[in-house]
Amino acid sequence: MIGFNKYYNQFNILSVTLVVISLTLLIFKGLNFGIDFKGGTLIELRSSDSKINVSSLRDNLNTMNLGDVSVKNFGNETDFLIKFENNDNKNTIEEIKINLDKSFGNKFDFRRVENVGPKVSAELLRSGVIAITVALILMLIYIWIRFEWQFSLGAILALFHDVIVTLGLFSLLGLEINLSIIAAVLTIVGYSMNDTVVIYDRVRENLRKYSDIKIYELTNISINETLSRTLITSITTLLALLSIFFFGGEILKGFSLAMIFGVVFGTYSSIYIANTILVRLKVSQRTVLREDEKN
Amino acid sequence: MLYFSKLRIFFILFISLFFILIASSNLFKFDNSFLDKKINLGLDLQGGSYLLLEIDNNPLIEQKLQNLTTTIRNHFKEKNIKLRNLKLLNQKISFSVDENSKLVILNEFNNQESDFNPYYQRFKSHQLDLVEENNIFYVSYSEQGIIQLKISSQDQALEIIRRRIDEIGTNEPNILKRGNDRVLVELPGLDDPMRIKTLLGKTANLTFRFITNDDEDSFGTEKLMFEDDSGGAIVSKRIILSGDNLLDAQPRMNNETNETVVSFNLDRVGAKRFGKATSTGIGKKLAIVLDGKIISAPVIRDTIASGSGQISGGFTFQSATDLALLLRSGALPAPLNIIEERTVGPDLGQDSINAGMIALAIGFLLVIIFIFVKYRIFGLITNITLIVNLFLLIGILTIFEATLTLPGIAGIILTVGMAVDANVLIFERIKEELKDEKNNLIAFDSGYTKSRTAILDANITTLLAAVILFFMGSGPIKGFSLTLGVGIFTTLFSVYFVARLLTVLYVSKNKEKEGLI
Repeated sequence: MIGFNKYYNQFNILSVTLVVISLTLLIFKGLNFGIDFKGGTLIELRSSDSKINVSSLRDNLNTMNLGDVSVKNFGNETDFLIKFENNDNKNTIEEIKINLDKSFGNKFDFRRVENVGPKVSAELLRSGVIAITVALILMLIYIWIRFEWQFSLGAILALFHDVIVTLGLFSLLGLEINLSIIAAVLTIVGYSMNDTVVIYDRVRENLRKYSDIKIYELTNISINETLSRTLITSITTLLALLSIFFFGGEILKGFSLAMIFGVVFGTYSSIYIANTILVRLKVSQRTVLREDEKN
Repeated sequence: MLYFSKLRIFFILFISLFFILIASSNLFKFDNSFLDKKINLGLDLQGGSYLLLEIDNNPLIEQKLQNLTTTIRNHFKEKNIKLRNLKLLNQKISFSVDENSKLVILNEFNNQESDFNPYYQRFKSHQLDLVEENNIFYVSYSEQGIIQLKISSQDQALEIIRRRIDEIGTNEPNILKRGNDRVLVELPGLDDPMRIKTLLGKTANLTFRFITNDDEDSFGTEKLMFEDDSGGAIVSKRIILSGDNLLDAQPRMNNETNETVVSFNLDRVGAKRFGKATSTGIGKKLAIVLDGKIISAPVIRDTIASGSGQISGGFTFQSATDLALLLRSGALPAPLNIIEERTVGPDLGQDSINAGMIALAIGFLLVIIFIFVKYRIFGLITNITLIVNLFLLIGILTIFEATLTLPGIAGIILTVGMAVDANVLIFERIKEELKDEKNNLIAFDSGYTKSRTAILDANITTLLAAVILFFMGSGPIKGFSLTLGVGIFTTLFSVYFVARLLTVLYVSKNKEKEGLI
């Protein structure tokens, strides 16, 4: 049996530190919102001429008065991603086409064009925030119905930890937040909950079974009993996600990366946050038996 | 319960085979119309354009209030009530009257059967609000009035948008209302939406009006600019003809001038008015005004009684074709703004499909190998379950002809990764039970029973997340939540029916074997 409980304190300190750092990052550095939430235009280009590079493309676009233009490679040397903020000109994309054709010859394929107006981006951001909030509330209600309050608190704290630290990592690395990241965060919420609930189920079962084992030991037993399931499921999920990350194309990179972070944090938090909360709240056999009597 | 009745086995086999057949209809063509179904590919996979248009109703409201101002003036003139300082400002009509006429005004507006303030019977609220402040009356649209106006302008806009897009001949466009002032247009297979964007960006409000040099026109005048920026002209506000009077418009080549023109035919009312105007106005200039700009202003030389004519204005063949199209399909009630656009070229779409399929294949293979190495015989059972699960998932998406997006493919891959969870929970539990229980059958049975709550809990939490995403998300994200959500049900079916049947068959043959799992 592995003594997970020996490190409860150390990992709690680590988690608190991570959450504090993440919150600090989120407040002071903020998130790198993509055009979905900030508004603006995104163009994905493929050039048939390998001599064209980011700087020549950027120099060319800078002559067009588009404001702050970002140009970078997307996946490989001949694919480019251009982003700029909204302006009032409705024909910008057409003008860029003409300008690029004039300067480089007919070498570009416009693979993707996205334009999100300020009103729509504000709405998308709002509905994204609402979606995550509603998800957290629903999870809270579900867990509150299913378990005693000590368990609910543990599960929700684990959930907040996962979401905050994942977003903190995105802030730290400056990765783009777009609609698919919201989907990833919601899936992480589901996954993290899933993982926590499986261990909690076992903790509760063991609480009923053994009256003489302290919660400190008992959580450790439960973690160990469910450990191979925790690992196998995490591994298969990660295998699927790594496959999306490496082979699923550039568009899914951000999504799969967020999910990979989330699965790792989710697995960690269901062991080291969800369980330590039970220990700190001195959950005992009486906690579950009292609830049983009520029902 | 380790017993499976023949009926149940038949049922499980039937469902599995049925969905395998349905799922395979995506690859083969079936003659049977029920089987010949295919998953729709989202715009991000097949390429195409997604445009969200917002109707700018302000000019329409402005114009309706302008007309209303005239109506109010005439209405009370008939009743011999003098309105002072009648004017329109900030979408409010204001005027003042004598103290003894106030009651009449109030009555005319707030009467349940009021003529120019209708709707009361339908909505228990009037179209217009009347407020009195410091002896000045203010008339503006009521909340209900604005909503009705928006709804009707949205209906009209939808119709006109449909006509314009149909004229271009795009395949299977999807045109939907969103809220009460937006229209969503999905154009599969279109990789350059520029032309459609240009066509939808034009209100196409066409009027024929005389150019006047004096300000004595009783209808009022306004200065309008020429389309080609070659200065402006004073144009009467009296409308001789409008786009509504057109029956048909076509691009033509004028053989005399060698110029591309748009020729048009007028309806009877239009022809009469055009004939009258051209006979009284010989020598005058007739301005052809489109969306507030003068296209051309030819001098009238003859009376035109035939009800047909030509518009010239330095068109290219393309621009003449587009103008004719716009005139045929009619004017939008109000200007449209494109507030969101997402276009994916067909190349990228195909690349995304390929990448998604490769990721699915590799992810699936990795999971299968891992599970087989870990569980051997039971790994094989899990893997068969996984394959059935995948067919069920794709089969259900096919039956409902659901839309598959790139995030949707990610959802399928993720389902593959997470679907083994239920089987793993069961198998791990059985392993534990076998430590104390020597009877294989009993251990298996309690393994299934004791893991049930954990499996349900785990799947309900994921389902909650998927449902929220489905209702909050848009487009591609909806596709993700769909595959993730459906995947939960197919997982539960395949685990509790397919995998269970297979384990029961195996365990009942190896009742005495030790170290079974």
